[in-house]
Amino acid sequence: MKIIVCIKQVPDAKDVRLDPVTNTMAREGVQSIMNPYDQHAVEEAVRLKEQLGGEVTVLSMGPPQAEEVLREAISCGADHGVLVSDRAFAGADTWATSYTLAKAVKKIGDFDLILCGKQAIDGDTAQVGPGLAIQLGIPFVTCIQKVREASAKELVMERMMDDGYDVLAVEYPALITVVKDLNEPRVPSLKGKMKAKKAEIQVFSAEGVGADPAKIGLAGSPTQVVDVFPPPPRGERAILTGSIDEQIEQLVVKLAVYL
Amino acid sequence: MDYFLSEEQGMIVDIARQITDEQIIPHRAELDEKDEFPRQILENMGKADLFGVPIPEEYGGFGGGCFEIVLALEQLGRGCIGVATAFAASALGIYPILISGSEEMKQKYLPSVAAGKKFAAFGLTEANAGSDASGIQTTAVLDGDEWVLNGTKQWITNGGEAQIYTVVAITDRSKGARGASMFVVEESDPGFSCGPKEKKMGIRASSTTELIFKDCRIPQDRLIGRKGTGFITVMKTLDSSRPGIAALGLGIGQACIDEAASYAKQRVQFGKPIISFQAIQHILADMAIQLEASRALVYSAAKHIDAHPKDMSKVSSMCKVMATDMAMKVSTDAVQVMGGYGYMREYPVEKMMRDAKILQIYEGTNQVQRNVIGQELNKEYSRK
Repeated sequence: MKIIVCIKQVPDAKDVRLDPVTNTMAREGVQSIMNPYDQHAVEEAVRLKEQLGGEVTVLSMGPPQAEEVLREAISCGADHGVLVSDRAFAGADTWATSYTLAKAVKKIGDFDLILCGKQAIDGDTAQVGPGLAIQLGIPFVTCIQKVREASAKELVMERMMDDGYDVLAVEYPALITVVKDLNEPRVPSLKGKMKAKKAEIQVFSAEGVGADPAKIGLAGSPTQVVDVFPPPPRGERAILTGSIDEQIEQLVVKLAVYL
Repeated sequence: MDYFLSEEQGMIVDIARQITDEQIIPHRAELDEKDEFPRQILENMGKADLFGVPIPEEYGGFGGGCFEIVLALEQLGRGCIGVATAFAASALGIYPILISGSEEMKQKYLPSVAAGKKFAAFGLTEANAGSDASGIQTTAVLDGDEWVLNGTKQWITNGGEAQIYTVVAITDRSKGARGASMFVVEESDPGFSCGPKEKKMGIRASSTTELIFKDCRIPQDRLIGRKGTGFITVMKTLDSSRPGIAALGLGIGQACIDEAASYAKQRVQFGKPIISFQAIQHILADMAIQLEASRALVYSAAKHIDAHPKDMSKVSSMCKVMATDMAMKVSTDAVQVMGGYGYMREYPVEKMMRDAKILQIYEGTNQVQRNVIGQELNKEYSRK
């Protein structure tokens, strides 16, 4: 079974600050990590490989230092790493990113299953997984919380919903995006770390994947960021105390003002 | 301080640190409260290859030495000495096989321990044989092509949880120290059983039981090394393992300073954080000095031992004494800095102080260590 996992290097959410002048995210000196949802995608891919055989390729689009997260995934059991990196990709929105990743997937070749984290914790769009599936013309299922059965032909899974979950089956080739309930990612092993250190990371350029220059980077991105701002501070809040009856009484008094 | 670790050593520290922070620290209070053996955590350590650190590569391990195991144990000890003791005792249990076992024996037992699929334990202590190992009463008699073991071992770490036990028994009482031999006993061997779990002051996540041999019959090839070499194997085993216990002391010392200093930064009395008072600063300073000095000695001793020097026993005992006495002192000081809060179970230093005590007792009491150091000095200066 051939599995591809798309992963992204993101700033550690514990460490995010906004530049007070420009209101954009200050990236200097901020620790980078593998997007937490993607860690669960890597773990599930490695478990599927352990169960069904085959190999896991991790794929990332990003600057050269994104190689770190590819090596981290290899230390946790992935077999190969591919980095799609080119200055021409800068400023890509989710549409241009999905296109670029689709081109990279086609260059990698045959695959049965693609896994992605539900969303990246920096952009929080949850669009790249589905976008990639659309570009590749394959079915996708989002927000997988559990894999019930896996065979060489299909997956039976639970999709997290607001109210409970759906049980779905999908035949390969397919793409799924995953949530954190799916599994507990393993700690890298010593042998995995040694392997990751020596692993050769393939680097694809825009030309290398045969991307149309008009469809990548800022030029290929329909989304334009007009403004970034921190949410306005919340209004005044009060916590009511006393017995339930007393609290209801206080609440009625407060609400009466608005009548 | 930067000890200029190699890239591989850094990897060991990273993995042990991650397991400690993510899996041990969140569960240590509950494991302690319930006297619960941390099987899942140990299995995860196995998957991360930590059990393979002291085992040569040809048996599925990482091929690390004393220094590498010290680095791993220091991190684990920072989380919980109970969990770390269960891990360390498995390494201790296979040292006799590593040191004196035949090639077949190594092939048979080491790979499954390296993978964390089986745990090991080391059986030396008895009711009348602790510091004085010559008081051993467990016997092994060859009957046809089987050894028959009789006797009881006491306070054996990983008892009831391990699958592989390395055990000392007397094969010829008339020969004194040369009359002891070591054997491998498997959990399913007929006539072998473990007693109930002991109730302990600390390290409660680890299991401690008696090992009971009642006409326990094991195949002849379970003898480790040659007959009569048991004490030599025991001494070499303990020389190799003691720096690991010292490393647990470093871990607990670090954890105590981390807890006490961050508490002192937050705790306000007389209108100021208590860390601004000299009385508290001096306690913290002394804790930091003792910890860093101990770490320097333990790391140097471990590297020295990896070169298999002649004065291994002395150096190994020296670092064990210093780092574990430090752990007891520093954990007591951490409780003092934190006052009433430190004494409460809600805060981790109470457990650390209970746990630290065992470090001065097991794998040879610190008094016995000083005997070893003194005897070695006596020998050294007789030659000069």
